[in-house]
Amino acid sequence: MKRITFLKASLMTAALALTSVHSPITLAANEVLKIGFVGVTSGPAASWGISNQRSMEAGAAIINDNGGVKIGSVTYDLEIVSFDDQKDPKRAIAGMEKMAQENIHYVVGPNVDDGAAAVRPVAEQNDIIYFPYAFPKSLYQKPASNAVLGMVANYQSGPAIYKFLKDNNGVNTVAFIAANESDPLTQRESGVAAAEALGLKVVSKTVTYQVDTTDFSPVIIPIVKLQPDLLVLSGVAPANAPQIIRSARELGFKGLISTETGQDAQVLQEGAGSLANGFISVGGASTPTIRTKNMEAFIARYTEMFGEYNDESNTKVYALEYIVETLKANPAAINNVDEFKKTMDTFSAPNQYLKGDQVLRYVGMSSFGQRRQLSIPLVVNVYNEGKFETLFIAEVD
Amino acid sequence: MSSENIVMEQVLVNGLYLGMQYALIALGLTLIFALMNVLNFAHGQLYVVGGFITYIIYGKLGLPFFVAIVASGVTLGLVGAVIEKFLFRPVIRKSVREESTMLLAAAIAFFLDAIILLLFGEKQRGVPKILDGVMNLDFVVIMPYDRILIAALAGSAVVTFILFMQYSKPGRAMRALAQDRIAAQLMGVNVDRYSMIGFALGAMLAGVAGGLLVSIVGVNSGIGGPVSIKAFMMVMIGGAGVISGAIAGGFILGMLESIGLTVLVAYGDLTYLVIFVSLMIFLSIRPQGLMGKPWG
Repeated sequence: MKRITFLKASLMTAALALTSVHSPITLAANEVLKIGFVGVTSGPAASWGISNQRSMEAGAAIINDNGGVKIGSVTYDLEIVSFDDQKDPKRAIAGMEKMAQENIHYVVGPNVDDGAAAVRPVAEQNDIIYFPYAFPKSLYQKPASNAVLGMVANYQSGPAIYKFLKDNNGVNTVAFIAANESDPLTQRESGVAAAEALGLKVVSKTVTYQVDTTDFSPVIIPIVKLQPDLLVLSGVAPANAPQIIRSARELGFKGLISTETGQDAQVLQEGAGSLANGFISVGGASTPTIRTKNMEAFIARYTEMFGEYNDESNTKVYALEYIVETLKANPAAINNVDEFKKTMDTFSAPNQYLKGDQVLRYVGMSSFGQRRQLSIPLVVNVYNEGKFETLFIAEVD
Repeated sequence: MSSENIVMEQVLVNGLYLGMQYALIALGLTLIFALMNVLNFAHGQLYVVGGFITYIIYGKLGLPFFVAIVASGVTLGLVGAVIEKFLFRPVIRKSVREESTMLLAAAIAFFLDAIILLLFGEKQRGVPKILDGVMNLDFVVIMPYDRILIAALAGSAVVTFILFMQYSKPGRAMRALAQDRIAAQLMGVNVDRYSMIGFALGAMLAGVAGGLLVSIVGVNSGIGGPVSIKAFMMVMIGGAGVISGAIAGGFILGMLESIGLTVLVAYGDLTYLVIFVSLMIFLSIRPQGLMGKPWG
């Protein structure tokens, strides 16, 4: 009996000792603020959604490690609640309904046009503000008011890029290639319109490829034959960009190649190597010359948590930041999206990720007639020997 | 020479190259079907695993490309053997319905998709070119040397496989099994052993194809499903369970893609619409495929 009592006491002491080593004594735990994510984290487009989800999780981890975020008089730990919609609108609806069931009012995603459109009724009925990465203007124009575009749209970046290349590189002719699905085709249409508005001659706008294409040589031949000054990869996924670039260059294409989507330098390096040199894409706080120490810390934390960084997160880092800062500016918006909407009209906060004077604010008056877009700096990069270099920075809208 | 002729010669060469890739992918699938009457929905995922193994061994560890290909083949052979012995064999023994193996294959495909994403991440992966330079025949035909090499290696693998099946004891045993399972058993062929060897060989071919092609088109965790679908199309065209049919199906699909993408481009993205409609009409007339037997 004495031995058993001694054994029990020893085990309890050991357990307490372990607990004290791994869990420092804390005061009462912070309340938890749940922020949702609904997007594609599996299948060929997994990169888009995973970079969103991981950006949010890394951002939340940094905030929680620093004691949480104080909104009003309450300090919160952030919890990211994720749902993989597999790029299926029906699943996106299910994901948004799950967010509503968990009483979550702020959700990042979905990543694609049809998913973003599908969840709109659910979001509006359940007082959810969502931040899609989808470009159709109808999502952000009245009477819609619950969606906030999380990035620069291609109809905003395209004109800026084409004008820059026309003025600085003598581009006169342009060709477009797009995957045969909704988002890329929509982006191609607006890209063609933007190019024509600038007086560029569009020499090809009908070449498309299946989303699951792996060998692009047969696809790219008609365009290489035309030798346009600029080849635009409309809405290209990071998985396809290096393959298209490689095929084009190997077949003798000499012109510039650009896209208005975010890309990853490592993926380009592995897939196309030096053939990708000169490739123009859109990034966020992506190059060392323009990012702050806070951005470096974010990248380090992301890498520590997930093994490697994804350059797409340079634009995706902002969504959680905007939500948190807006709630700090108006704590009443924690459970009241109407308060959040009111705050968007006047909100302003420092941009902790980018050097210089750029601030966080909601934009969209000229594109949508209301402030339903995060102001993300339009950073246009050019790829060179494994890294991105900043070509120019602009603001849109 | 007119520009249309220049393009068509390039198109034909592209079609042959694509056909060689596809034939290698389709062979493994048709072998498994011939031996076990199993439609391996996880064939594309096995291809992806082979690609990632080569990516790690050649791309990350810097070992020779040939070593990486052998590693991909051997690993997938072992994986195939394990899948057959511990998953398909018990199901085939216990279940009277053919759908059971189809469901099992689908479950394996989903499982491998999840494992691949967990182990290798979501990014597109690629490896350094195994051969630099481009063959340029007066701009009539332009083909990078690495593609020519990969096509030659794929062709060698196909020929080696055919010779193995034709002249080796295991090959003859597997052909006997494919022709008539019961008769083969009565003639002393160990059904269990050669089913396992056959599945392993089919998986090995998928792994080798993935390893070879990662040097050209890269690999990512999401392409398993689309690769499986293409493999099924080739097998349906050529005839399920027929080795020569798989090769024919691969080349036919490669040519249709290459020609369609060039000739039909002016009318929009009609290539796959035309391919699928043609396939539906063809199968309604000849459901067993080009070389399959009417009785299955």
